[in-house]
Amino acid sequence: MDVILLQLLNGLDKGGAYALIALGLTLIFGTLGVVNFAHGALFMLGAFCAVSFNALLSLELVTIDPEKTTAWGTPLEIRTPYVEAYMGDFGHWILNYSVPVSILLAIPVMLLVGFIMERGLIKHFYNRAHADQILVTFGLAIVLQEIIKSIFGANPIPQAAPETVRGAADIGAALGFDPGVIVYPYWRMVYLGFAAAIIAAVFAFLQFTTFGMVVRAGMADRHTVGLLGINIERRFTIVFAIAAVVAGLAGVMYTPILPPDYHMGMDFLVLSFVVVVVGGMGSLPGAVAAGFLLGILQSFASMNEVKAILPGIDQIIIYLVAVVILLVRPRGLMGRKGVMES
Amino acid sequence: MSLIRKPLNRRSILRAGAMGGAALATPTIFTSKAWSAGYLNEPTGSEVVLGFNVPQTGAYADEGADELRAYQLAVKHINGEGDGGMLNTFSSKALQGNGVNGKKVTYVTGDTQTKSDAARASAKRMIEKDGAVMITGGSSSGVAIAVQSLCQEAGVIFMAGLTHSNDTTGKDKRANGFRHFFNTEMSGAALAPVLKNAFGTDRTAYHLTADYTWGWSQEGSIKKYTEGMGWKTAAAVRTPLGAGDFSQYITPVLNSGADVLVLNHYGKDMVNSLTQAVQFGLRDKQVNGKDFAIVVPLYSRLMAQGAGENVKGIFGSTNWHWSLQDEGSKAFVKSFGQEYGFPPSQAAHTCYVQALLYADAAQRAGTFEPCALGAALEGFEFDGMGNGPTLYRAEDHQCFKDVLVVKGKENPSSQFDVLEVVEVTPRAQVEYPADLLGGDLGACNNGV
Amino acid sequence: MTTKLSPTGDLIFFAVFAVAVLTMPVWLAPVGAGYPDLLQKFAIFGLFATGFNLLFGLTGYLSFGHAAFLGVGSYTAVWSFKLLGMNPIPAAILAVATSGVFALAIGYVSLRRSGIYFSILTLAFAQMSYNLAYSVLTPITNGETGLRVLQSDPRLFDGASESTGPLISNLFGVEMTGWGGFYFCAVVLLVGFFIAQRIFRSPFGIMLRAVKTNQNRMTYTGLNPRPYTLAVFVISGMYAGLAGALMCITDPLAGAERMQWTASGEVVLMTILGGAGTLLGPIFGAALIKYFENIFSAFNEQTLHEIFSFLPDFLEAPVVSIAGLFVGEGWHLTLGVLFMLIVIFLPGGIMEGVSRIGRLFKRGSSKAEPNRQTAPAE
Repeated sequence: MDVILLQLLNGLDKGGAYALIALGLTLIFGTLGVVNFAHGALFMLGAFCAVSFNALLSLELVTIDPEKTTAWGTPLEIRTPYVEAYMGDFGHWILNYSVPVSILLAIPVMLLVGFIMERGLIKHFYNRAHADQILVTFGLAIVLQEIIKSIFGANPIPQAAPETVRGAADIGAALGFDPGVIVYPYWRMVYLGFAAAIIAAVFAFLQFTTFGMVVRAGMADRHTVGLLGINIERRFTIVFAIAAVVAGLAGVMYTPILPPDYHMGMDFLVLSFVVVVVGGMGSLPGAVAAGFLLGILQSFASMNEVKAILPGIDQIIIYLVAVVILLVRPRGLMGRKGVMES
Repeated sequence: MSLIRKPLNRRSILRAGAMGGAALATPTIFTSKAWSAGYLNEPTGSEVVLGFNVPQTGAYADEGADELRAYQLAVKHINGEGDGGMLNTFSSKALQGNGVNGKKVTYVTGDTQTKSDAARASAKRMIEKDGAVMITGGSSSGVAIAVQSLCQEAGVIFMAGLTHSNDTTGKDKRANGFRHFFNTEMSGAALAPVLKNAFGTDRTAYHLTADYTWGWSQEGSIKKYTEGMGWKTAAAVRTPLGAGDFSQYITPVLNSGADVLVLNHYGKDMVNSLTQAVQFGLRDKQVNGKDFAIVVPLYSRLMAQGAGENVKGIFGSTNWHWSLQDEGSKAFVKSFGQEYGFPPSQAAHTCYVQALLYADAAQRAGTFEPCALGAALEGFEFDGMGNGPTLYRAEDHQCFKDVLVVKGKENPSSQFDVLEVVEVTPRAQVEYPADLLGGDLGACNNGV
Repeated sequence: MTTKLSPTGDLIFFAVFAVAVLTMPVWLAPVGAGYPDLLQKFAIFGLFATGFNLLFGLTGYLSFGHAAFLGVGSYTAVWSFKLLGMNPIPAAILAVATSGVFALAIGYVSLRRSGIYFSILTLAFAQMSYNLAYSVLTPITNGETGLRVLQSDPRLFDGASESTGPLISNLFGVEMTGWGGFYFCAVVLLVGFFIAQRIFRSPFGIMLRAVKTNQNRMTYTGLNPRPYTLAVFVISGMYAGLAGALMCITDPLAGAERMQWTASGEVVLMTILGGAGTLLGPIFGAALIKYFENIFSAFNEQTLHEIFSFLPDFLEAPVVSIAGLFVGEGWHLTLGVLFMLIVIFLPGGIMEGVSRIGRLFKRGSSKAEPNRQTAPAE
């Protein structure tokens, strides 16, 4: 029982992450009709917003201690972060909370990145073949990746969660189980809540604002919306920027779970495409449902009991589920006819 | 323009076939292999070319960059530039700092991408185009084994870089390949006594193992030695390479009754699984009245930096660490640190040593001929390279030397100071009979 | 641009191509590509991309899992070496057959969907093959280390005779490494190219183009597109299998990473980069990517300093450090920039660039030439 509960939690947590990453991708598919292979790179850029924010905060005051030397003979440097040196306790607090606080940095940065990407590049590819879109966004992803690599190196850079949520919570004890049986990290629960909030916000935005209504209309029938005299192009820019922000925020909050490196976007790229397609092209609820479905199935497939019967099932479960769903439901869970089918 | 053309018929095929055949017959002059030399790529001018094949892209790019730095430093020292580094402490004094066999050492570089195909393509380029007499480097066992067998077939020497699997000098050993780095068997032998002292003999271990050859090799060795001292193994679970999120594998550990978690992961997998295991509270957990422990059998300082604070107090083994205080290590750290401003990694160390050992063997043999050079390396005893007295065993081309058991440092003094050496396990304790791991060296190949 | 050639024109075109391929060692030497291994890769990946282009360029079905067939072909070839002997002919035939069977199975399922749903289905099959080959199927694939031929293998037809020599594939005594291997691959590429050219011109090829243009209309005329697409999918998978076999013939090792999605992506990029739907484009694309991978990654600081040593000292250092970003460990950056530049300025890939240059010359000589219809086929 406790094993099932724990795996369910894992699945929800994974699902939240998958859904959040897939959300922006399907938004771009649905409205702009663009295959964006640089979406993983946006996720990665978001994560590196957190890294840079932290690096900025821990810019150090270097004083040289002439008495001591390093192992290779140069004088030893003593380093104290400026923030702590000048702001004392408050500085320490900001450093401690650098990951959540860096959201404030990530939002404008990702908006800008999204805006520039759409205006500078994607805009010219609306009417080009999907193959061209793939090539150009893939090229862009490589370029972004290499820029990050040349600045931060190839190794993962650890980002700590704030101290208060660094450990694990004993959920089991609260639910009446024996203590220590169902333990789950605070930060993963924070992430799940965060994912839910962002998903809800995006849905609310599309559902309850005029802007959202136009975008939804555009997703349903771009031509007619254009004929109505609405400048859909300008709205596309904003949609793209929102998608970039969602991907970026997913990246920021994921850093304490997965120390970011320049390649993390590529690692998630294939997965996010699978989630979007299983959910159905251009369907936001579909992407969310598929994210949770795949996350939960993946968790359960990794249980020793399951692996004992089907060795290696945890390695292929996502793809297996994708195949089965696409064969049973031709357009994924909630896809509409005619989106990206030719 | 009409799109309809004559379909495929017998005539058109014949016609085209004849033309292709005629075209094929012409350039036979290019096919003749012009190996008139005594061995493949025998250097004829005043220079000898070495091939440094390291990962420059992909997950191990930083390790590869460090390896390349070490090679460049080694070339400097061999050619008599810089402060000489370990040449001053190396027990063999054959190298005079004027190149090797009167020739200046130059090098070519390539990117393995940590993929067997790419690594072999890159090594072939060095052999076929650049005339390299030796290939060295790499940061994974799959690549090392792939390139080693290529070098065997082509007829050049391969000096392995970072490769930890038993197979490199076990079931996949080759006469032209040599390894300085240690292996999982030695890790197990060195770790077990330390773990026994730290955690006692009544423990139950839970393994998470990267699902490929190196992971299995590691899991087997650690199981063998820990079970030998009385530990039980609760389960050994295979995890997909590059899983990213390991939560679904970590939660079953919580209630398995195990009180030790062994992470048979390397690189990014290690960073992620360790970070997440600590997040799940495993490091602070109590099981059966004992403190829960996590063990990472193969540590890499570069990668440990990626796990940040999570490595504190976690045991593991490593080939070499820059804080060692013997003369050889100090000399190497000094010249590397002055050149680049930070201490070398274990990957850099093993590559630097391999380059020097190759140059020294060539000097002693008086030639770069693979068979003669290999004979000079076989059974070679040396000292002053950072791991105490070392033997290049003739039977499997594996170096035997002291192994370090390390622990994540509680109070690091700098970003490089993440590990502390707990014990230097003497060479005698990690030696094993040459036939233990199987395999066959075969005959050496000069490539002609 | 090749579509307007007559049958004789086709043959001349093929002959020129054949001569160009077979003399690559001569004319590619000045750019540092004139060594056997890279030229073998040009031929092998040229073949792979040509096969991929038959599917994608003609029908528009974008398979994102073609590397699976490459891998299957490789494993089959090595197993053929292990069991039957080092002759490349049975290895190649068996590889084509097995990959054809795999393609039939995967294609039968995947072709039930179109568009991106088809792409994801093929991707899923390839990723499953890769993950299993890397781990659970290690007894068959030898996992991470890769499948190799060992001295202890049975090798029915030549195992006893040469038990000590190096294990290199040989065609009746001609070793398949070095230049021998290149000419073998080049001949196979020419055969593959010839067949592709015939398919482009055949009624079958027209049918496939009809699938791309308008599948609905095709169905209304009473034709079922499925048999056509399935046939070309299998042919395309066979090309990939043959390419995989060639990789093992020139270098008897088969690794699982050949099946990873990045490998599938690579052939997609090669084809689009060169110009999908053209005959020569995919081969150009393949050669360009392999050239960057092998030559640009090999530059290091030392070689850069040699190249720029003509500059005065104060200029040399910054030039070297800027150039260093794009070569050596930065070769991916160059590749990324190249992708973007080509797709932005040459929507039809390299072949569009070629035809634009060709048009430029033509305009110079005969002004009457209308230049409208020279757009690359599709």
